[in-house]
Amino acid sequence: MPAVAEAAVLAAGLEKRYGPRAVLRDISFRLDAGGVLLVTGPNGAGKTTLLRMVAGLAVPTRGSLHVAVDRRDVGYVAHEPLVYLELTAVENLDLFGRLYRVDERRERIGMLLERFGLWDVRHERVSAYSRGMTQRLALCRALLHDPALVVLDEPHSALDDEGAALLDDELAARVAGAGGTLVLATHDPGGVTALATSRLELERA
Amino acid sequence: MSTSKPSLKALASLAVALAGAAVAMIFFIAPEDADQGLSQKIFYVHVPIALTAYACFGLGAWKALRLLQTRGERYDFESYTGIHQGTIFGALTLLTGSIWAKASWGVWWTWSSNQLVLFLVLFLFYCAYFMLRFSIAPGPQRERISAVYALFGVALIPVSFFAIRLASDFIHPTVFTRDGPQMTGEMFAAFCTAWAAITLLAYVMYRTELAGKRTDLNLRELREMLAQ
Amino acid sequence: MTAYFGDVAALARKDLRLEVRARDTLPAMALFVVATLVVFHFALPATASGDAAYGLLWVAIVFTALLGLGRAWAPDGEAGALDGLVLATADRSAIWLGKALATLAFLAVAEVVALPAFALFFAPLDGPAVAGVVLASVGICAVGSLVSAMAAAARGREVMLPLLFLPLAIPLVVGGVGSSVSSDPGTFLAFLGLYDAVFAILSWAAFEYVVTE
Repeated sequence: MPAVAEAAVLAAGLEKRYGPRAVLRDISFRLDAGGVLLVTGPNGAGKTTLLRMVAGLAVPTRGSLHVAVDRRDVGYVAHEPLVYLELTAVENLDLFGRLYRVDERRERIGMLLERFGLWDVRHERVSAYSRGMTQRLALCRALLHDPALVVLDEPHSALDDEGAALLDDELAARVAGAGGTLVLATHDPGGVTALATSRLELERA
Repeated sequence: MSTSKPSLKALASLAVALAGAAVAMIFFIAPEDADQGLSQKIFYVHVPIALTAYACFGLGAWKALRLLQTRGERYDFESYTGIHQGTIFGALTLLTGSIWAKASWGVWWTWSSNQLVLFLVLFLFYCAYFMLRFSIAPGPQRERISAVYALFGVALIPVSFFAIRLASDFIHPTVFTRDGPQMTGEMFAAFCTAWAAITLLAYVMYRTELAGKRTDLNLRELREMLAQ
Repeated sequence: MTAYFGDVAALARKDLRLEVRARDTLPAMALFVVATLVVFHFALPATASGDAAYGLLWVAIVFTALLGLGRAWAPDGEAGALDGLVLATADRSAIWLGKALATLAFLAVAEVVALPAFALFFAPLDGPAVAGVVLASVGICAVGSLVSAMAAAARGREVMLPLLFLPLAIPLVVGGVGSSVSSDPGTFLAFLGLYDAVFAILSWAAFEYVVTE
């Protein structure tokens, strides 16, 4: 008999305010390990704020948010790529790989760059990349340390068609392999939304 | 409102009473200084104000430390108010010190008063605190950065003091000297009364400002909710 | 522990590499400090004491450092890389230490230009004076890196940084000038050491709180 799924992310009565301004109000949800949470809502509803909290970059003002994985076992794809524009893809990933203590760093970097179609440009500076290529590098950075929890904030918006397809494949593979939990905010009604095991619709607070 | 704390009104009344007593003691009981005469009286006000400023900065730093340790929202207000009061009393220190310098030595400013120079440096430092605070959007980042800066302030106090001492000893030899006050019994009594009055006054101002800030925040939160 | 210093080294190397590629901050600092010294020649009346020049050296160093510090966190903010570092590092203080070391390297290069120029234009510099420059530079970079990160979070950061930094730099200027002109430079050098110890430890401990919520 399978064990009861552990909650990977548990939120209760989450509230986030900046001074007097409330961005999130009374948010509660449960995401089991291996599940996929789809977060939707209009602009300004607080999706990015919520995802930042799950990733560990922000803390709730009130309520509780429990993330069961170690904070360095989280991969985060934000609106910004979170890389150094004047370093090459390899240099960026090498730095983050060191910090994350990735085993067999070189090999893993090579594998990811190849998977996301950046192998040929790996020694060029990121400032020379197109927006789609930069976002693909951001994906490599987020997945570099094989995290247990991946948080993606509208990852398709900056991707070209080819990149979007690569991402969808990668996410589907993650889910199928029961390797990890996903929290995903997206407007894209495409393939990934079909993977969702739970949904959270945010409204403007 | 907690009932365990003495009421603000009672404290304010006590502060006024003490201030009155202090004024009486300063002018009628404490003997007049042989050299400086009446102008020396400002010492009874200047030194307690300076000490109170230090206490306020210390309080601000302590609350800042508590904020970083526990994330309690109230500590941000308390730290800010402490620093604010400290800056006010710091400005008053500079003012009363300047008046005293004019009365004693005929100049509005002198670099040889280590205490005065220290307050000038601290005043600059803490003015920057407010500029920093108001250039960051409200939220946890602003609270934490303000708290770290407040802690740097109290570290700066002794370090600056040594620096100024070194500078005045070696780089700018003193022109004016001032003996530490040797106080008679009556002078000491007047001093202590003035000190108590000013400290209590500072505390009342602190509590008042804090209450004002809390009310202000509650009001803004209500407005936000009503605007939905 | 070695992992920590490995992180610090990787982060410092990142900053050095970025500067070598961009080549904008370092030449600016070197040029700025020499230009400032030239301005000082014209600013000092002929009747000024010889020692006054040492005071001006320290003004030049502090403002040159400010120039470098103002841009210290720019590459980390451009595309949000700092958030990436905050997520990835085991101990966030390594980010501060790496930045402080890299900034110290840049300041040292500017000083290697400034000190001989100063000796040429104004007055000779003896051992204690140079030791003062070294010790004060450590303090400048330690405190400056932290304060620069604070300013980076604020609106109007270019103006904010000098306001935050200058009061904290006053003891360093006292220490530096004292080690150049006083008859007892040892005391001033010891004082600089004290400042460095106190503020480096404080900056090291506090950095985490500046970059996280």
